[in-house]
Amino acid sequence: MSARDEVLASIRRSLGVSGREATRRLSVETRLATAPRGVIPQRGQVDREARIALMADRAKAAHATVTVLDAMEAVPSEVARFLRDANAPATLRMGDDPQLAALPWADTALTVETGRSHGADLNAVSRAFGAVAESGTLALVSGTDNPTTLNFLPDNHVVVVRADDVAGDYETVFSRLRDSHGTGMPRTLNFITGPSRSGDIEQTLVLGAHGPRRLHVVIVR
Amino acid sequence: MTIHPTSAQFPANAHKALHDPQLQKAFNHVRSAFIDKRAKAAAALPEFEALRDSARDIKAHTLKHLDVYIEAYEAKVREAGGTVHFARDAAEARAAIVEICRARGARTVTKGKSMVSEEIGLNDALHAAGIEPVETDLGEYIIQLRGEVPSHIIAPAVHLTKEQVEADFRRLHLHLHPDRDLSDAQLLLTEARAILRERFLAADIGITGANFLIAETGTSVIVTNEGNGDLTQILPKVHIVLAAIDKLVPTRNDVAQLLRVLARSATGQEMSVYTTFSTGPRRAEDPDGPEEYHVILLDNGRSTMLGTEFEDMLRCIRCGACMNHCPVYQAVGGHAYGWIYPGPMGAVLTPSLIGIDKAGHLPNASTFCGRCEAVCPVRIPLPRMMRNWREKEFERHLSPAPVRNGLKLWAFFAERPALYRAATGLAMRAMALAGRTKGRFTSLPLAGGWTAWRDMPAPQGATFQAQWKARRRGHR
Ligand code: SF4
Repeated sequence: MSARDEVLASIRRSLGVSGREATRRLSVETRLATAPRGVIPQRGQVDREARIALMADRAKAAHATVTVLDAMEAVPSEVARFLRDANAPATLRMGDDPQLAALPWADTALTVETGRSHGADLNAVSRAFGAVAESGTLALVSGTDNPTTLNFLPDNHVVVVRADDVAGDYETVFSRLRDSHGTGMPRTLNFITGPSRSGDIEQTLVLGAHGPRRLHVVIVR
Repeated sequence: MTIHPTSAQFPANAHKALHDPQLQKAFNHVRSAFIDKRAKAAAALPEFEALRDSARDIKAHTLKHLDVYIEAYEAKVREAGGTVHFARDAAEARAAIVEICRARGARTVTKGKSMVSEEIGLNDALHAAGIEPVETDLGEYIIQLRGEVPSHIIAPAVHLTKEQVEADFRRLHLHLHPDRDLSDAQLLLTEARAILRERFLAADIGITGANFLIAETGTSVIVTNEGNGDLTQILPKVHIVLAAIDKLVPTRNDVAQLLRVLARSATGQEMSVYTTFSTGPRRAEDPDGPEEYHVILLDNGRSTMLGTEFEDMLRCIRCGACMNHCPVYQAVGGHAYGWIYPGPMGAVLTPSLIGIDKAGHLPNASTFCGRCEAVCPVRIPLPRMMRNWREKEFERHLSPAPVRNGLKLWAFFAERPALYRAATGLAMRAMALAGRTKGRFTSLPLAGGWTAWRDMPAPQGATFQAQWKARRRGHR
């Protein structure tokens, strides 16, 4: 018997089942098809403005910095300001995201490059697929628009999220993914809550472990 | 490194730990940090207790249908272009990974934190095959430098002081200036970050564990704070996920339930920094990500726990709360448990995985104060299971005489609650450890830990006492 068959057989032996019971198969099929939601915290179940405020509050609690803007056109100057204040060089890497590409980067002093990172970039900007106000979490999806390497290799990561895409809970992000990706998933979905950190030395919290040292969240109304 | 269990020497290990001043100093940082943070995070979420019920039910349901969920999961991984390799035991898992590495001519592999990797002794197998494994979680990196094993499932280097880490970095990072300042955690982290960044970029293969495997989509999920797991899996050409069969969950929505209790129970965060969902290799249009995606799905004794009194242990989501809250763990640290899973979860899991003959002392490493069960996010009845193991051990006459006497003494007190209460300190020693350590554990804060969490310190009521009566009759 193959390892696969033996592992499955051992599970069935222990559970006292054959694996062919229709009720068990139906119970699994139903759960996979309906993906029932469990307990959803009330905290995120609030109106749009309160959701934006909650998102900002929770992201700050996770050591991110947050700015709320009224228009996408204001994003480049906000990114430039953030990098200046962080004493970072005026360089920036981004993917092919059409909403980011359409912005007036030329009005800033930033040198913008596109494409994935190979490790030499200090600054990057990405656009999030969505966000979860409940815990101040950003949701980023892999692809040419927003390459996953930009989420982890640079020191300073700016993430732009549309206020309309700020959900109250994770489940809403998943149901939006079902709309955009059907039954599949993108190669990588990153939930990001604050900048990288470690508490491994004497339980002292230190920011900037292997991922970005700074995470700046820009919510655009 | 391959772990030869020393669980059978728990009393001696514990004795040593209690007299290790470095260890005791390191643990001063832990005792309250984890506990206070968890309590705060739990209190800040009104739905926390309901979420624990939900988390328990999701895992229990999955275990009852595990064969069907595994089939569904495997089909989805394949659909996404990945491969699932089943491994009955540690040797098969090691062989499958070495084979993948060899076939691709890999020289170095980066590794995200994985307890299953420790369980199967993967690093030794890689070394033997001429492949260099590089641990990238800061805590794992430190203990790899020291040739140790983790002493905690989420904080592997929790037993070390920063002075010890500094000494190791000076001893081994010889290319750096000997007079550099390494006086605080930030400086130590910055040095490790720079060294590991080079290793990430040069690695041929990345190996991570998984916190969850999602049947709905064929997705593996890792949860980290450092981002090391992500650099491990997006930079090399091949991503290998090493996970055991108890990591299956039905859907993404189920993962959302579990995530809400995981970080809160582990570190008191609402969410860990990075929760990453990986599905198959990179797509045609993707500019980054691995070209190959393999899952090693390990059994290693877990399937035989199903349908037994230890089935509930497979609900464990490895948050570490039970050990953080355990007075015995706090006093002796993780290494005394002699294998890789310490604390209450280790006291139950280790005998299941390596055999009660090799781990017989572990279920005694408890005061039965009940704190572990009180904080376990998936409500595993850990004290009950430790008691089950003790009874099995007793039945098999594996216990040395002093232990059997200790149990008899406990039975005597258990039948007399008033006396029991009065003599808690004494009974504690008798039933827990002192039979073999000659009173060394009098320095443990056991009695305090017990009464702080329970009104009535008698064991779990009439059922157990009745069991004992029956047993005593049977043994006469
Ligand atoms: S047994 Fe419970 S408390 Fe302990 S690590 Fe597992 S899930 Fe966490």
